[in-house]
Amino acid sequence: MSDISTPQGGNRLARLLVQILLGLGTLAITILGLLLITFIIGRVVPIDPVLSIVGERATPAQMQAVRDELGLDLPMWEQFYIYVRDALQGDLGRSIRTGMPVAQDIARFFPATLELATLGTIFGTLIGIPAGVLAAARPGSIADQLVRLVGLMGYSMPVFWLGLVGLLIFYGKLDWVAGPGRLDPAYDMMLEFQLTQYTGMVLLDSLLNGAWDIFRNALSHIILPAGLLGYISMAYISRMTRSFMMNELGQEYITTARVKGMPEWRVIWVHAMRNVMVPLITVIALSYAYLLEGSVLTETIFAWPGLGSYITDALFAADMPAVLGGTVVVGVAFVTLNMASDILYRLVDPRARA
Amino acid sequence: MFLKHGLGRAAAVAVLLAGTAPMALMAETPADTLVVADAIDDIVSIDPAEAFEFSGVDLNNNVYDTLIELDPTKPGELVPGLAESWSVADDGVTYTFKIKSGITFSSGNPLTAQVAADSLKRVVKLNKTPAFILTQFGLTAENVDQMITADGDTVTLKTDKAYAPSFVYNCLTAGVANIVDMTEVMTHEANGDMGNEWLKANSAGTGAYVLKSFKPNEGYVLERREGHWRGDAKLKTVFMQHIPEGATERLLLEKGDIDIARELTPTDIEGLSGNADVKIQGDVGGQIYYLALNQKNEVLANPKVQEAMRYAIDYKGMTDSILKGMWVVHQNFLPQGFLGALDENPYSLDIEKAKALMAESGLTLPVEINFTVRNNQERLDIATSIQNTFAQIGINLKMDVGDGKQGLETYRGRKHDITLQTWGPDYPDPHTNASTFASNPDNSDEAGATGYLAWRTAWDPGAEINGETDAAVVEKDTEKRKAMYEDLQRKVRDHSAFVLMFQQARQDGLRANVQGFYAGGATDSVTYWTISK
Repeated sequence: MSDISTPQGGNRLARLLVQILLGLGTLAITILGLLLITFIIGRVVPIDPVLSIVGERATPAQMQAVRDELGLDLPMWEQFYIYVRDALQGDLGRSIRTGMPVAQDIARFFPATLELATLGTIFGTLIGIPAGVLAAARPGSIADQLVRLVGLMGYSMPVFWLGLVGLLIFYGKLDWVAGPGRLDPAYDMMLEFQLTQYTGMVLLDSLLNGAWDIFRNALSHIILPAGLLGYISMAYISRMTRSFMMNELGQEYITTARVKGMPEWRVIWVHAMRNVMVPLITVIALSYAYLLEGSVLTETIFAWPGLGSYITDALFAADMPAVLGGTVVVGVAFVTLNMASDILYRLVDPRARA
Repeated sequence: MFLKHGLGRAAAVAVLLAGTAPMALMAETPADTLVVADAIDDIVSIDPAEAFEFSGVDLNNNVYDTLIELDPTKPGELVPGLAESWSVADDGVTYTFKIKSGITFSSGNPLTAQVAADSLKRVVKLNKTPAFILTQFGLTAENVDQMITADGDTVTLKTDKAYAPSFVYNCLTAGVANIVDMTEVMTHEANGDMGNEWLKANSAGTGAYVLKSFKPNEGYVLERREGHWRGDAKLKTVFMQHIPEGATERLLLEKGDIDIARELTPTDIEGLSGNADVKIQGDVGGQIYYLALNQKNEVLANPKVQEAMRYAIDYKGMTDSILKGMWVVHQNFLPQGFLGALDENPYSLDIEKAKALMAESGLTLPVEINFTVRNNQERLDIATSIQNTFAQIGINLKMDVGDGKQGLETYRGRKHDITLQTWGPDYPDPHTNASTFASNPDNSDEAGATGYLAWRTAWDPGAEINGETDAAVVEKDTEKRKAMYEDLQRKVRDHSAFVLMFQQARQDGLRANVQGFYAGGATDSVTYWTISK
């Protein structure tokens, strides 16, 4: 047995290694492609980034000084080369708009988005999957109609409106949650000036510091925006779950299981779910990646200093270093999640392991 | 069974959501902290030598001081700042400022005449965007060491010619003339930047507050300095939160989670009326809305057409509806609050009169004209109203809507026909607007004088107006100077390539217990140190 299993084990290891290398290669090519396209778009747009820095009153000499400083007179390929070279060393340049290193800006804005998107995805998944399963198990029932209606609302209602109404009801009238922003000012200053910020994620940092009152305040602030994002991703996840589950429940092995007298919950949650999980992982990963880009409208209403508003504002200000930096981060997040879902896919689906 | 599972999970989440309910009830700002909500994403830099955006200058006004100040309680009046007295010599070019003793920077370093002089020199040497406010007195990186000097407790400033003293003093109240702690700043110098990088996230001033934390596009925290020379600020901390959305600010203000809301829309203001916990404080701002008519276009160069246009705008209709509470009718290039500002607004919508003027113009009607407008709701609303009334007198406007910077480049490149623009003064002296609306020494394309609005729209004001603008800035008698600006404004209002329309009005929402808030009017910036609650 052993002399057979060793080459198989060796093969598997080699295959894994190849897969990792391929994955990394894809990551590098994707990001380089992303950078190139964003870079070209940034240079084609008829907006002068120098104006963003110096303002409209500046003299031609002042404008030229900034142009030289940014290297904007260099050939485009050289500008791109310099950018990629610096980016590889972790230097994403300096934001024109905030005057700070882009890497530093992103280190501040990305954790806020990560925190919100993660919680949103957790909400969306926890509610979306059972809702989808419920709808699929009783197609045409009131429960199915209800899930469809709620899902449809999630798709069709403007986030801006939903967010404001949510704020008005849960914060304005009922006083159940805290208002916009990540923390009340008092707690915000406490966290910034008295405690250690390890991750930039308020929930996690307050926990690591053992500051329960800050944690509770942060939770009270994040629950509404995360709930809103969760609702939108729930709408998507529940619809997809329903469709995957309907498909699975029509399969012969399900009929066999039912004929053998297996309890219905086991048929659905154990047998069918196992197969539904495979495509569902991709759906959840995509939905998570979408939220990681940052939801500009949600961030605006909830005064959430996230990546979405950062990149959008940068675009409007022709702040290309910030746009490129943001694009890299979103690109890396996308590709990483894709790879992660691939790995999970293999773990869940026995056929993929072969 | 699965129903139970599904419902069970949903119930768990519902409990989680409801569980946060009791923790949100802390709906009052701390007693010693002022919580302000504003859109602060305009800030590019908070180094006084570079800061030139409203939010940055507002911040700096509270952490730095100038030699001479505008009195927040008596707007427009000059009062001592870091200098206890000042004077100009008979030669008209030598100004002296006697520095107050016993003042320290937030670092503990003492303020001396030498530090003050070095701080002003730093602005000239760095030559960032707002540096022109000082360099217009003939200061250059090469001569500034001779032009600004310190001796004992006196700073001496020499100008290249004898300007109106009020002009020099007014410019020294601008944010760019804030005095920085040169000893401290130079210890943070990197690559010869005179501490510019460091000052983008730190403060080094003598102001009532010190910058404790600055997070671009997110907010900042100011902390009171004890024993300030002006007397301690009433509130210990100022917490600024970047909240760009008016509806969000309104909700926070109603709930008492912020003390001041600075981005409220007219709808929000209306919604807040009748709320006893909130009060609305009105003020004027320095911005002016105007149309620039490119004089390269023959139609727009026709004086009858220009006059007709002035009668074909529904000024009052707009300020009573779409611009209510945000803008007031103002047809002169100096905003209210400036020396020489006029309150005459002779034009109102009169289609018949405008039609008659168009008939006198000798043009074949209708004419087609491009109208460059920035893609922003307020501007589009104004543009649509103008498009409508202009159509009634035979001018068909074709709207060219684009990003603000695109429109600005078209304007600076003299490629527009008509463009809808705003202009805000750079420093609290009438010359700031006169020098751009009523001056254009060389109207040729080669001059590239984009700093002059008159050049941008290819308007040659002629020797008389150019000369009067030059004369007003050197007139020593303030009353005479005032009369000159009044005359200049009437000339530009009635006969120029500009159609001046509105002045900014602003409305801030305050919690009822907030006292002593001064938004700065058209000439100054926000003061936090006067606020109590």
